[in-house]
Amino acid sequence: MTPAIVCRNLTKQFGAFRAVDAISFDVQPGEIFGFLGANGAGKTTAMRMLCGLSYPTSGEATVAGYDVYREQEKIKRKIGYMSQKFSLYENLTVRENITFFGGIYGLSDKVLKEKREAMIGTLGLSNEAGKLVGSLPLGWKQKLAFSVAVLHDPAIVFLDEPTGGVDPITRRQFWDLIYAAADRGITVFVTTHYMDEAEYCDRISIMVDGRIEALDAPRLLKERYHAADMQDVFYQLARKAVRSDN
Amino acid sequence: MIRVEQLSKTYGDVRAVREVSFAVERGELFGLIGPDGAGKTSLIRILTTLLRADSGTATVGGYDVVTDYRAIRNTVGYMPGRFSLYQDLSIEENLHFFATLFGTTVRENYAVIRPIYEQIEPFKKRRAGQLSGGMKQKLALCCALVHQPTVLFLDEPTTGVDVVSRKEFWDMLGLLKSQGMTILVSTPYMDEASLCDRIALIQEGKILSVDTPAAIPGQYRGILLAVRADEIYALLKDLRALPWLKSCYAFGESIHCTVGQPADAARLREALTGHSNLEVKEIPASIEDCFIQLMNP
Amino acid sequence: MKQLLVFVRKEFYHVFRDRRTLLILFGLPVTQILLFGYALTSEVKNAAISVVDQSKDPATQAITEKVRASTHFNLAYADQTVHQLETRFRRNEIKCALVFPEGFAEALTHTGKARVQILTDGSDPNTATILTNYLSAILTDYIGQQQAGIPYRIDVQTRMLYNPEMNGSMNFIPGVMALIFMIVCTTLTSVSIVREKETGTMEILLVSPFRPVLVLIAKAIPYLALSVINFLLILFLGVVVLDMPLRGNFFLLFGESALFIITCLSLGLMISTIASTQQTAMLISMMGMMLPTILFTGFLFPLENMPRPLQIISNAIPSRWYYLIVKSVMLKGLGFGYVWKETLILAGMATALLLISLKRFTVRLG
Repeated sequence: MTPAIVCRNLTKQFGAFRAVDAISFDVQPGEIFGFLGANGAGKTTAMRMLCGLSYPTSGEATVAGYDVYREQEKIKRKIGYMSQKFSLYENLTVRENITFFGGIYGLSDKVLKEKREAMIGTLGLSNEAGKLVGSLPLGWKQKLAFSVAVLHDPAIVFLDEPTGGVDPITRRQFWDLIYAAADRGITVFVTTHYMDEAEYCDRISIMVDGRIEALDAPRLLKERYHAADMQDVFYQLARKAVRSDN
Repeated sequence: MIRVEQLSKTYGDVRAVREVSFAVERGELFGLIGPDGAGKTSLIRILTTLLRADSGTATVGGYDVVTDYRAIRNTVGYMPGRFSLYQDLSIEENLHFFATLFGTTVRENYAVIRPIYEQIEPFKKRRAGQLSGGMKQKLALCCALVHQPTVLFLDEPTTGVDVVSRKEFWDMLGLLKSQGMTILVSTPYMDEASLCDRIALIQEGKILSVDTPAAIPGQYRGILLAVRADEIYALLKDLRALPWLKSCYAFGESIHCTVGQPADAARLREALTGHSNLEVKEIPASIEDCFIQLMNP
Repeated sequence: MKQLLVFVRKEFYHVFRDRRTLLILFGLPVTQILLFGYALTSEVKNAAISVVDQSKDPATQAITEKVRASTHFNLAYADQTVHQLETRFRRNEIKCALVFPEGFAEALTHTGKARVQILTDGSDPNTATILTNYLSAILTDYIGQQQAGIPYRIDVQTRMLYNPEMNGSMNFIPGVMALIFMIVCTTLTSVSIVREKETGTMEILLVSPFRPVLVLIAKAIPYLALSVINFLLILFLGVVVLDMPLRGNFFLLFGESALFIITCLSLGLMISTIASTQQTAMLISMMGMMLPTILFTGFLFPLENMPRPLQIISNAIPSRWYYLIVKSVMLKGLGFGYVWKETLILAGMATALLLISLKRFTVRLG
């Protein structure tokens, strides 16, 4: 199987500042890949390059088999994206949001309608489908945003701190959705500040100062660093960082 | 130092705070723990005299939050959730401004802020907007401390901050506590609970439980089992199919299940024989386990 | 007291470190004054004109002399036939032409009616209308001197008679001054207060022992000082660059302007108690203030011609009263005795706005 993401010496330079410094890794199809790092380590910059939002300075990368330099538009059609900051339009209803985002990805009316009603059913939002998204609790919004991000069955979905501030139960319901998506073969690329969530990933990478310092399954990382949990692994690696976010 | 009785606050039809009562002793590091929208910010704003409660009473340092609001404003330190300093002023200018605002000088209370200020002093000419997240946080803490408050209120100081900065921040709070300061801090991170003297778990405006972090797991009802296997998602699906489990959810590298009696562990093992590298063991409940249980009574 | 000083100093830091604020504060007034003073003036000077005199009698010669003497015209050509004019218009050599038919004076003296043709370049209708008006005024002026009594058939615009100086910028400058203060002062104060609400610093200020009322005062002081400097700048531009007369007492004008600035600052403070985001504050103070100010101040659209309800509304616009004061003091050279009523109205407005803002600016959030 060809990997969902291939990264070779991917680098992004801003003037004299090397935000991402020659990172290399592969992500397999259907894998849940945790992309961790301290604030300012370069996670967001790396993620932007992979989503086709900015060009790398050097190095190579393909996402869903497409080149990040030449085939950005094709990449965008093959991925889903969700971040904590921008998720959905608060002043559109649940149904209108789904229709809008489905429309952007060019789903036909028939397919869209089927998927929309199925999604509303799965999320248990039947009574809320006509309500404005702004009136929903945060946890529901996040679950809805994720479902919208995978509405067009992307090969890969990028999640940027999707569960910030959400209560423990909703957070787990959110991860159920992630597992289900991975089970359907969607590759999940996720960043988080919750270290227990790092454990849910198949493999995680930890970025420090623009470089990937560690990459492996959570259990193997814990063994290697003689750590009781991921929090400890992360702390051992990230405290060596010299730079912080600006 | 802080006494809250039957406090309620409603916005429109949202009941942000519902009949909340608790007390914080002098010199205590008290944690208000709950997710976004639980009512933590409203509660802190009522205590810092920024909001008026609809009903109930509260005192800070013996002063009533409504009638003696001016006295409270003289004695408390407050760090709001967002970074709330002037981005276009330098570190020095911000600190000096807030010191003067509270009718004091930086020099007068230097001893209080020194351990924290020393870490950012080399950059004192730099504008606050150009500082890193961790440094902004330290500056904000300095500004909240510059008038030597008797009570310090911190609203989600560690939200969105990485593990390293979070640890540093809690170290600083420990230092302040050792100097005798009373601190009330709110956080959505359950793992920070153990760093507090006492905690209140809060959800949808209601307090679920108030106790020391060590005592709260003792209140857990049932036996908690951590279950592990190679195929975690398949394991979770199989576990969900067992109707006799009281609860079952992913937790870090394993899945936590609640059962009624010790014999149920063996019963569980039997039901999951198909899984490779299966591991079932009884574990003590964490704060987060308790929180989840309290959310679903 | 020291707290207030430190606060005021902080406000000055904010202003001087933000290029946007500086631009609004000083860039906007300068461009507006120059724009209104030059570009939007209704005055035309040295327009090239050709006179075709087919009569060549004392009357036509006297009128031609008047045209020659006018600063509005440059008597560039004296052509023989009307056909030549067409080429001149095409080559853009002239902006208008005056054609006297044969027997002009004779017709005038015998029948009291004479014809004259005014040709203008219709591709520039504004200038064309203005030039037509100038020429009509010259003709009327001539008839007046002859005491002929019966007017020509040319429709003489009476507008010029009310504005004999024909100097547009004279009326514009006081209006623009009112407009600028109205927008700059309200925008900057409201935005600077709302910014503190938005960034959360207001929370810290409220939790501090600093009195909330002093926050408002400390916010107003820097903008009052800067607006006074602005006033001097505008006055300088108006007098030196645009040849505005300053006939009245400078200190009276200064005092009245300070009063108007305070009124606008109070309005800004009031807006800040309503708006919760900088965007809203900006929208209310810029868009919301701009239109009523332009409409109801009276410098672009004469209030006398408006329907009665609109005239009543215009009374509520502070800039209307300030405009009257500035015109009286600057252009007519009148003293305080003539503007005390307007001054009183402005002072009343300022007090009312300040009181409302103070009442609305609560000591708590929400």
